[in-house]
Amino acid sequence: MNLSDIPPKGGSPFTLPMAAFLMLLLLAPFLVARFGLYHYLAIEIAIWIIFAMGFNLLFGYTGLHSFGHGAYLGIGAYAFGLFQHNVSTSLWGGLGAALLAAMVAGGFVALFLSHRRGIYFALLSIAFGQIFWFSSIKLHRVTGGEDGLLGIPRPPLQIGNVAVTLADNRIFYWFVAALAALVVIGLWRVVNSPFGRVLQAIRQNEMRARFVGYDVWRWKWLAFTISATFAGLAGALLAMAQNSAYPDVMSLHQSGLVVMMVLVGGGLVNFWGPILGVLLYFLAREVLGSLTETWLLWYGLMFVVMVMVRPEGLAGLIGTAARREAPAPPARIVETTP
Amino acid sequence: MTLFQATGLQKRFGSRVVLENITLGIEEGTVHGIMGPNGAGKTTCFHLLTGHHAPDAGSIVFAGQDIAGLPPHRIARLGVARSFQIMNLFDDTVVIENVMLALPAFKAQTGRIFGNGFADRRLIDSALEVLDMVGLAGSAWSKTKSLSYGDRRALEIAVALAAEPRIVFLDEPTSGLGVEATRALAALIRRLRTRFTICLIEHDMRFLFGLADRISVIHWGQVITEGTPAELMANKWVARSSLKEAV
Ligand SMILES: Nc1ncnc2c1ncn2[C@@H]1O[C@H](COP(=O)(O)OP(=O)(O)OP(=O)(O)O)[C@@H](O)[C@H]1O
Ligand SMILES: [Mg+2]
Repeated sequence: MNLSDIPPKGGSPFTLPMAAFLMLLLLAPFLVARFGLYHYLAIEIAIWIIFAMGFNLLFGYTGLHSFGHGAYLGIGAYAFGLFQHNVSTSLWGGLGAALLAAMVAGGFVALFLSHRRGIYFALLSIAFGQIFWFSSIKLHRVTGGEDGLLGIPRPPLQIGNVAVTLADNRIFYWFVAALAALVVIGLWRVVNSPFGRVLQAIRQNEMRARFVGYDVWRWKWLAFTISATFAGLAGALLAMAQNSAYPDVMSLHQSGLVVMMVLVGGGLVNFWGPILGVLLYFLAREVLGSLTETWLLWYGLMFVVMVMVRPEGLAGLIGTAARREAPAPPARIVETTP
Repeated sequence: MTLFQATGLQKRFGSRVVLENITLGIEEGTVHGIMGPNGAGKTTCFHLLTGHHAPDAGSIVFAGQDIAGLPPHRIARLGVARSFQIMNLFDDTVVIENVMLALPAFKAQTGRIFGNGFADRRLIDSALEVLDMVGLAGSAWSKTKSLSYGDRRALEIAVALAAEPRIVFLDEPTSGLGVEATRALAALIRRLRTRFTICLIEHDMRFLFGLADRISVIHWGQVITEGTPAELMANKWVARSSLKEAV
């Protein structure tokens, strides 16, 4: 089982898992209410789904291991806030500014990263992430320093002449969920488009891709910039959700968290892996967190065990179980799962 | 017409001079063989010709254009394809995708982020056609990893051919193949020579002498002799190095 499993026949994104995902988005508000959790949790989950899925285009699909993506989440959050404070109170304006800022920052950093891979790529991505994080603390006049950028409004959603207020978390959730659905459907198309297949070819064999005629540098640059832009979108939504932006959003901690979610969920072997990882993290936080203060320790241990026993993550686990149920594959196709 | 002309190529790695002075002309429509002992610098020579390394000195002209020092993807897009001595495939995917990724018609649509190029029947058909040339059409939808060694070698060649190149460089295509597979490969190259110019490195002398129009012998980083198979058979160096018995 691996990410490139969908044979190159293309197809419609409206598969069974997609239906399940959309159903989950629809039911999430009722589910959280049913289990006595607060509404904000559903918003957080939807935002992190956007972040993690965009991140996995780079991490899982292109095989470039960035450990500094929290920076672009933060840049999106600050850009959204600064736009509201300094330009105008506008939802689309703010989102546009966040996307643009994250794209420019990602595109700039990618200039230095795109001829690297492996450990050098990872280290450089951390270094740049730290520079952004440090700047967000030090540029006090712009970012508010460690106090953060406070009082970021949630501008209303303007549809024609009707303005829908997003101040209520229950309504804001639908806005975030709609974006998450668009992002996931879009990404499904992207990874199965010729564009996405080239990214995967580069993961599988960079040298071969080069000799087949692909400008690998440019593709890696694109993958990084696009994934940073998705992070920027998630960051803007986070700023709206929290009504603020803090340096902490940019920290190494957040960058590591998204990596952990993708790995635990199985983003290396399955399109849906990052979503499973996000769900597992937030469920662990809510369930374990209500039992013990040291829940993160237990989650971390689970991560360690998972990586040791099931490196392909939760999605891999489910995939194996599903295959056991399914009829044997044609003899010609030899499974080579390690 | 000379399609590919390398002149005075030099390559050093640190203080180690691997290629001293390589001059090589390949005529359009011919099969050009390269032989020489292990470590002579044959693969390094291919690496220079296809852009993996830039030469320290010398020129490489392909179809009238100087390509020395260009990056591999630029050289590839000009119509130069290659296979590798150590196999280099897209291993996580199915056989046909390896070939599709190399098709010019596919490369033309890689900018389409939401496109559905793989649903394109014509693309699949051209990929199947290329696979059929090397006898792999039946395994088109198998996983690349599940192929036998010989089939992987064949797929290496198919990926090179899929790019519709003008010249194909093959680095020891018979290495590791059995008698039967080697014979099939010779037949394949005979069929291909009508459509492509081919340059191949080979240790198997019987194979090479039966196919090549001209052969260059590389030793100590230089082309020590060059000629038709018949001329080489008469050559002192070749005779002395006991290559003759092999033929
Ligand atoms: N990147 C490199 N750095 C240092 N030395 C190298 C490098 N590449 C090749 N060499 C050296 O150059 C010499 C020639 O290597 P090359 O692979 O070109 O030989 P070859 O003729 O293809 O041999 P074989 O028949 O075994 O494939 C070898 O001694 C090798 O160690
Ligand atoms: Mg070699």
